[in-house]
Amino acid sequence: MNTDEAVPPDPSFEPGSPMFELPAELAIDTVVARRVMVGFIRNQLQQAGFGRALLGLSGGIDSALVAYLVAEAIGAEMLLCVLMPYRTSSSESVEHASLVVSELGCASEIVDISPMVDGYFGRDGDLGAGGQASLDASQLRRGNVMARQRMSVLYDRSVLWGGLVAGTGNKTESLIGYTTLFGDSACAFNPIGDLYKSQVRQVAAAVGVPEAIIRKAPSADLWPGQTDEAEAGFTYPELDRLLFWMIDKRRTDEELVAMGFPTVAVERVKRLVAASEFKRQVPPVAKLGPRTTGVDYLYPRRRPGSARR
Amino acid sequence: MLDENLARHAALLAEARAGGAGLVVFPELGLTGYQLQDLAAEVAMHADDRRLLGLAAETGGLSAVVSFVEEADDHRLFISAALLEDGDVRFVHRKLFLPTYGLFDERRFFAAGDRLRAVDSRLGIRLGIGVCEDFWHMSVPETLALDGAQMLINVSSSPGRDLAAIHEVGLGTAVSWRTLMRTYAQLTTCFAVFCNRVGVDETVTFWGGSEVVAPSGEAVFTAPLFDEGLHFVDVELGDVRRERIGLPLLRDERPELHLRELRRILAERTGMAPDQASEWPDVREAPEPDDSPEPDDVHDGWTPRQTGGVPNRWSASGGDEADR
Repeated sequence: MNTDEAVPPDPSFEPGSPMFELPAELAIDTVVARRVMVGFIRNQLQQAGFGRALLGLSGGIDSALVAYLVAEAIGAEMLLCVLMPYRTSSSESVEHASLVVSELGCASEIVDISPMVDGYFGRDGDLGAGGQASLDASQLRRGNVMARQRMSVLYDRSVLWGGLVAGTGNKTESLIGYTTLFGDSACAFNPIGDLYKSQVRQVAAAVGVPEAIIRKAPSADLWPGQTDEAEAGFTYPELDRLLFWMIDKRRTDEELVAMGFPTVAVERVKRLVAASEFKRQVPPVAKLGPRTTGVDYLYPRRRPGSARR
Repeated sequence: MLDENLARHAALLAEARAGGAGLVVFPELGLTGYQLQDLAAEVAMHADDRRLLGLAAETGGLSAVVSFVEEADDHRLFISAALLEDGDVRFVHRKLFLPTYGLFDERRFFAAGDRLRAVDSRLGIRLGIGVCEDFWHMSVPETLALDGAQMLINVSSSPGRDLAAIHEVGLGTAVSWRTLMRTYAQLTTCFAVFCNRVGVDETVTFWGGSEVVAPSGEAVFTAPLFDEGLHFVDVELGDVRRERIGLPLLRDERPELHLRELRRILAERTGMAPDQASEWPDVREAPEPDDSPEPDDVHDGWTPRQTGGVPNRWSASGGDEADR
C-alpha cells in the first residue's frame, strides 16, 4: 500500500497519527454520504410506518456509525441500542458500546446471550440442547449460533420497542462473505451496506464516532483475541482497494495484477466473492405458477398500503 | 398516491402562479413516483384522463410540464411528459430512451416513444421536451433545436450515485448532468431547463440539483442537492437571439450532411450496404478463393481493409455513394 496515496480524513485530527489509512480512490464526500444515508433511514422508517429503530451495538465501528446515523435521522430518543455480549466477549466491546450510548443519549439494554448459546452447545461437559455433537463445536459453529441468537433477540426486541432493525454490515464483509447468513446480516434496511470498511472509517470520523472505536482493530469478537484482518490475511485498506478495482471499476485479473495486486490475493478474493454470492441474494423459489414472487411479481418493497399504519 | 400527487401538483401550480411564474416544470413521473415496477399499470392514465384534465384546468394563464405513466389505447405504457397550457393538455412527449442496464429496468415495464418534436407554447417560444435518459443521447437535443426549440426542458428522476470525493459537488451523477445540460445549451444556443426529483425510493436517493442554463451555457440557477423546493428563476428570452447572432452555431448546422451519413450508416447496419464498421467480413462481398488476399493482408477487423473491392472506410466521402 502506497501511503502517499492516503488522504488525511479530517484536518481537525491533526497533529497526531492518522486514525486510519484511507486509500485515495476510496475517499468519498462525507457530507453527501451522510445526507444520503440519513435521508435513506428516515424514508425507510416513514414508508414502513415506523418512527423507531433498534440495532445491535457491538462496540465496533460499523454499528457505532449506524447508531450515529439513526440518531441523526430520527432523534436519539427513537433509537434503542441492544448490547448482546457472550461470556467470552471482550470487556472493551461493552465499554465502547456504552460510550456510544452515553454520547448519543439513546435507550439501551444489555441482553447476555451466554445462557442461550450455552443452552444449545452445553458447557463444562454438561450437554446442551444440541447434544453430544455440539459439546466440542468448532469456533465457526459457535460464531454462527451467536450471530443468530443476536438476530433472534433483536427481532424480538423490535416488537417490544416498536421499531425496525437497522443493519450494520459493510460492503467489504458482505462481498467476501464474512457474515453469518440470517445472523448479523439480517435487518429491515442497511444504510452502510454500500460503504467499504475504509469508507466506514472515513464517515465515522466525520460524524464524530469516538476515536477509540475508530482506531481499534476490527473484530467479530466471536472468540478472544480474534481480529478480522488476522483471520482474513489482508488489511482492510488492501482488501478494499482490491474489491473497489475488481468490482466497482470492473478491472480484469490481468489488469489487477498489472496494477500491483499480488496474483494470489486476486485469486483468493475472487473466490471469496463468488463463493459467498448466495449470502447476498434472496433464496431462489422454484418457478411453478404464472406469477412468482421475485421473478415476475415485482413490486417495490414499500408500496401504497404497505405501511404499518 | 396518485390523488395526493395530483393535489400537490395543483397546490404548487397555485403557488407558482401567485409568485408570477409563466412556466412550471415538475420532475419525471412526479405524479406517480419512479420505482413502480408492476405498479405502473395501476397508476397509468390516458392522456385524456379526467384527473389529468383536472390538473390541466389549473393552468389558466400558465404553462406546466408534468410527468406521468401514460396508457395508450393499445395498452402500451409510456413514461410521458405533458405540456399543460391554458387549461388544456397541449402536447405529450413519450420517453424515447428507456435505460435497462445498471440499476435501471425501464424497458421491462414500459414501451419506448417514437416521436420527437418541438412544440409551440403560449410563452411565445418553442419548447423541446425530453425525459431523463432522452438527454443521454445527443440526437435528442440536436433534433429538438433543429425543430425550432428555443428552450430545452428535461424532466428527470435521476438516482444519485458515485460519491467519489474528487467531484466538484461530491456526487458523480450531479456532475454528469451539469456537464450535459450546460453543453447542450451552449451547442444548441437554447435555454436548458433540468428538473430533477428529490427524495428516496427503496435503495435510491434522487438528488435534485435542478438547473436553468442560459443559451451561452452558463447556469443562471442551480437548486441545492437533496432539498425539495419551488424555485423561481427569471430568464431573459432575448438571450436566445443575442446568443444566436453572436454565435450562429445553429445556422451552421449541416442536417443534410448528417442525414446523408446517417442513411449510409443505417444501410450498412441493416445489411443493405457493405458494412465497413463491422468486424466480420461481408459475405456478399467475399472474394472468390482465387482472389484471396495475401496471408499478411487478412482483414483483422481493426485495420482498414485495403483489398477485395470493398470501399475503404477511411477514404470514403459523400461523393463515393454513387459507386456502391
